[in-house]
Amino acid sequence: MQDRPTETLPPSEPSRLARAWDSDLAWSFRHTPVAMVSAAVVVILVLSAVFAPLIAPHDPFDPGSLNLMNGFTPPGRPNAFTQDMFLLGTDDQGRDVLSTILYGMRISLFVGFSAVLLALVIGVILGLLAGYLGGWVEALIMRVADIQLTFPAILVAMLIFGVAKGITPPAYRDQMAIWVLILAIGLSDWVQFARVVRGATLVEKRRDYVQAARLIGRKPFSIMLRHILPNVLNPVLVIATISLALAIIAEATLSFLGVGAPPTKPSLGTLIRIGQGFMFSGEWWILLFPALTLLALALSINLLGDWLRDALNPRLR
Amino acid sequence: MSEPVLSVRDLVVEIPTRRGILRPVDGVSYDITKGEILGVVGESGAGKSMTGNAVIGLLDRPARIASGEILLTGEPIHHLKGEALRRLRGRRMGMIFQDPLTSLNPLLTVGDQLTETILEHLPVSRAKALNRAVAALDEVGIPAARQRIGSYPHEFSGGMRQRVVIALALCAEPELVIADEPTTALDVSVQAQIIALLKRLCRERGVAVMLVTHDMGVIAEAADRVAVMYAGRLAELGPVRDVVGRARHPYTTGLMASTPDASRGQRRLRQIPGSMPRLDALPEGCPFHPRCDRAEVRCRQAPGPSLTACDGRAACWFPMHQPEETPA
Amino acid sequence: MLAYIIRRVAQSVLVLLVTGFVAFSMFSFVGDPVENMLGQERTQADVDRLRDQLGLDRPFAVQYWKFLEQAVQGNFGLSYRQGRPVSEILAERLPATLELAAVSGLLALLGGIGFGIFTAIRRRGAAANVIMTVSLIGVSLPTFLIGILLIYVFSVELGWLPSFGRGDVVNLGGWSTGFLTQSGLKALVLPAITLGLYQMTLIMRLVRTEMLEVLRMDYIRFSRARGLRERAINFRHALKNTLVPVITITGLQLGSIIAFAIITETVFQWPGVGLLFINAIQFVDIPVMAAYLMMISVMFVAINLIVDLLYFAIDPRLRIDGKAGGH
Repeated sequence: MQDRPTETLPPSEPSRLARAWDSDLAWSFRHTPVAMVSAAVVVILVLSAVFAPLIAPHDPFDPGSLNLMNGFTPPGRPNAFTQDMFLLGTDDQGRDVLSTILYGMRISLFVGFSAVLLALVIGVILGLLAGYLGGWVEALIMRVADIQLTFPAILVAMLIFGVAKGITPPAYRDQMAIWVLILAIGLSDWVQFARVVRGATLVEKRRDYVQAARLIGRKPFSIMLRHILPNVLNPVLVIATISLALAIIAEATLSFLGVGAPPTKPSLGTLIRIGQGFMFSGEWWILLFPALTLLALALSINLLGDWLRDALNPRLR
Repeated sequence: MSEPVLSVRDLVVEIPTRRGILRPVDGVSYDITKGEILGVVGESGAGKSMTGNAVIGLLDRPARIASGEILLTGEPIHHLKGEALRRLRGRRMGMIFQDPLTSLNPLLTVGDQLTETILEHLPVSRAKALNRAVAALDEVGIPAARQRIGSYPHEFSGGMRQRVVIALALCAEPELVIADEPTTALDVSVQAQIIALLKRLCRERGVAVMLVTHDMGVIAEAADRVAVMYAGRLAELGPVRDVVGRARHPYTTGLMASTPDASRGQRRLRQIPGSMPRLDALPEGCPFHPRCDRAEVRCRQAPGPSLTACDGRAACWFPMHQPEETPA
Repeated sequence: MLAYIIRRVAQSVLVLLVTGFVAFSMFSFVGDPVENMLGQERTQADVDRLRDQLGLDRPFAVQYWKFLEQAVQGNFGLSYRQGRPVSEILAERLPATLELAAVSGLLALLGGIGFGIFTAIRRRGAAANVIMTVSLIGVSLPTFLIGILLIYVFSVELGWLPSFGRGDVVNLGGWSTGFLTQSGLKALVLPAITLGLYQMTLIMRLVRTEMLEVLRMDYIRFSRARGLRERAINFRHALKNTLVPVITITGLQLGSIIAFAIITETVFQWPGVGLLFINAIQFVDIPVMAAYLMMISVMFVAINLIVDLLYFAIDPRLRIDGKAGGH
């Protein structure tokens, strides 16, 4: 054993980081300004959502800090009564719009990430099972996938939400709404993951090493898994990115329609629903800023997904 | 000798990549005369198909002709673009692709595809074009051509489809045909028929044929002259008898030795050690020297003598057989 | 071919049975229908009578069969909220949704296919790049935001077009149409654009991807090698092959217009079935939800079948029975 292993490395050997930097993906990233800008926007938005309690100027859910006199303060101008300033203005109850956006984005992103994670886990597991076991398991899973694919995901999500709402006792509905949303969006979006993973599994299953492992009586599944996962990593990453944008939009849509996040825990969609009411009376900022935030979030994630798909699939360029 | 139908002079094809410019075709020269089949042979990636694509002007971006000349019956065509090039394609030079399953549009009948090509290039009426289409199918040996004219590609077998492809390439009577691996995707039993068909059409019509293949057997069977390519360069050029019988370049010898040949009795096949270098990692000197058992210091320092379009030369410092005539 | 169609019909029936099962399960397991229907002042006798009437004490399979029997006749019981037959409510709201969907579908189809072909053929051109970038914004812009934006510009600021409702409608034998009055047509403009725009961008991107895929095929290369004109290659060879996959997904997209109408109808308070459905979810009005689900499935299944039949018209490889006639 060497005492100082770092010294034994030949100087020409590039570090893992340097190799990642030099990879085709990173090269494409550095040469696609759109990808860099979108990545920056996503990172900034995600970070400001995560650290919302630290950076938000007000806590919009602390009734003690609210002053109804501050209601309808326009952005960047002092309130007529209290002389308080709010960068993006306030809503009817005097809540700081910037703070509600930061907290709303937290909920939107949390629902989006969790729903995609749920869809990914379900999809990958079902895809593996379908591809590996074949037979009636595969037939059942893929038939369910086909039927579900017949219906738009947003409709499936609405139905699941409606049913779940019917099952939960009314007293818990607001509390459970976020989890029901995650469940509804996640369950409506697993099919694509399952299809890609099943395809890759079918290919791997026919490989010689799997047949060999089977011949000598070993369970080829775990060996296979190590070959399948790297193969599906790229398409799954692309699908997950695009699904994230779709999930955030789906959550916003459901909340906007009033069948999502409740007004006590508003997401971006809920904020837009609230803001729409003030569109005709001239308080445009209550609507505009949450809408722009949602658009920036969805657009930059979509642009990233678009770039990722092209970069991982050079044939399409 | 009459003027060659196709003359390629010092053709260089470049592909700019982020790791530098690659040269899949590097200084290739050859001629094909009327009624002659030139076999272009080499391993995959040697630049043979790229040469064919360059001639007919179908290089995929970002590949481009960087220098050199392509002359069709003496007129330069390498600089042509768009409409001028389109008028030549099909009319004066045809191309046959490797896979007959994918070369035909599945949603149009073979008659539709033949007549649209004929009407595009020849000043004939629709009825005349249909007659020509039937005649073209008949000529390539499709039985009951008049009945099959309304059939879709999927209603033909693989060999028959390749005959349809040949009919399509020849229906506007071009002087030059580029056949890019025309037998590779076919059953062995059908391969010989297609080769025989190509040879017959070449003789009867006096078409010049550039036959691109990796199969030395096909070359020996069909070609009049052979161009051997290695790593984008011409390794050897000469009449088929000489190249097959008395190969000069060690690479050609290796290629011959690794081809099964029933007539020689089933000796063990020899392999060429190693593999062709990647275009972005060509060795100094002769590109073949790392795999060559005759390589000497000179081979590591300078590429072999460059070839002109003349026959009987090899791009090798130490050829296996000396040419019969004194070299220029 | 006949066998194929029979198989597809069987699959459609299976889809309907499954969605029927989902709808029925909603009835059986979500809340207590008896409680929902009787309200607060009920006696045990009332409960027992209704239980018997609804057949709730019979075996599950029997109940399911009974449900299907009723559903086929369009009978989904009474709305919990309005107390009227669900079929009646749906019938009176369906024309609004169908008219909206038809106009948006046409918009999406024409625009989507046109722009898709253009951006595929001119894929390196500046105009195509602009369209692609705008379309990406279109995909990222949720439908409801498009609606709000249009309302803000054309109703609030310019005051040209109404921001909600259907305008005046004319009743033609039970079908209320907004096509015949000026206010009805004006009211249709913003919702139709809102609903159609998103679908249009999706169809456009799909057509573009498929067409680029086809343009890479050997037979396109071969067409080029035969010296065919670009126009013939693009529109005769490539477009026809593009249509085969495009028809499937476009068919599904048109189906989803009816579902996405839910969002548009909410934004514009358009009195269609989508708005009805969203209200039903808010009030857990199970009969309306179930009936809507069944209605949508029948529409989707019908669209899928039509798409399958269109395949046969386009792709000769599917017409296996011998020689195909002209096309």
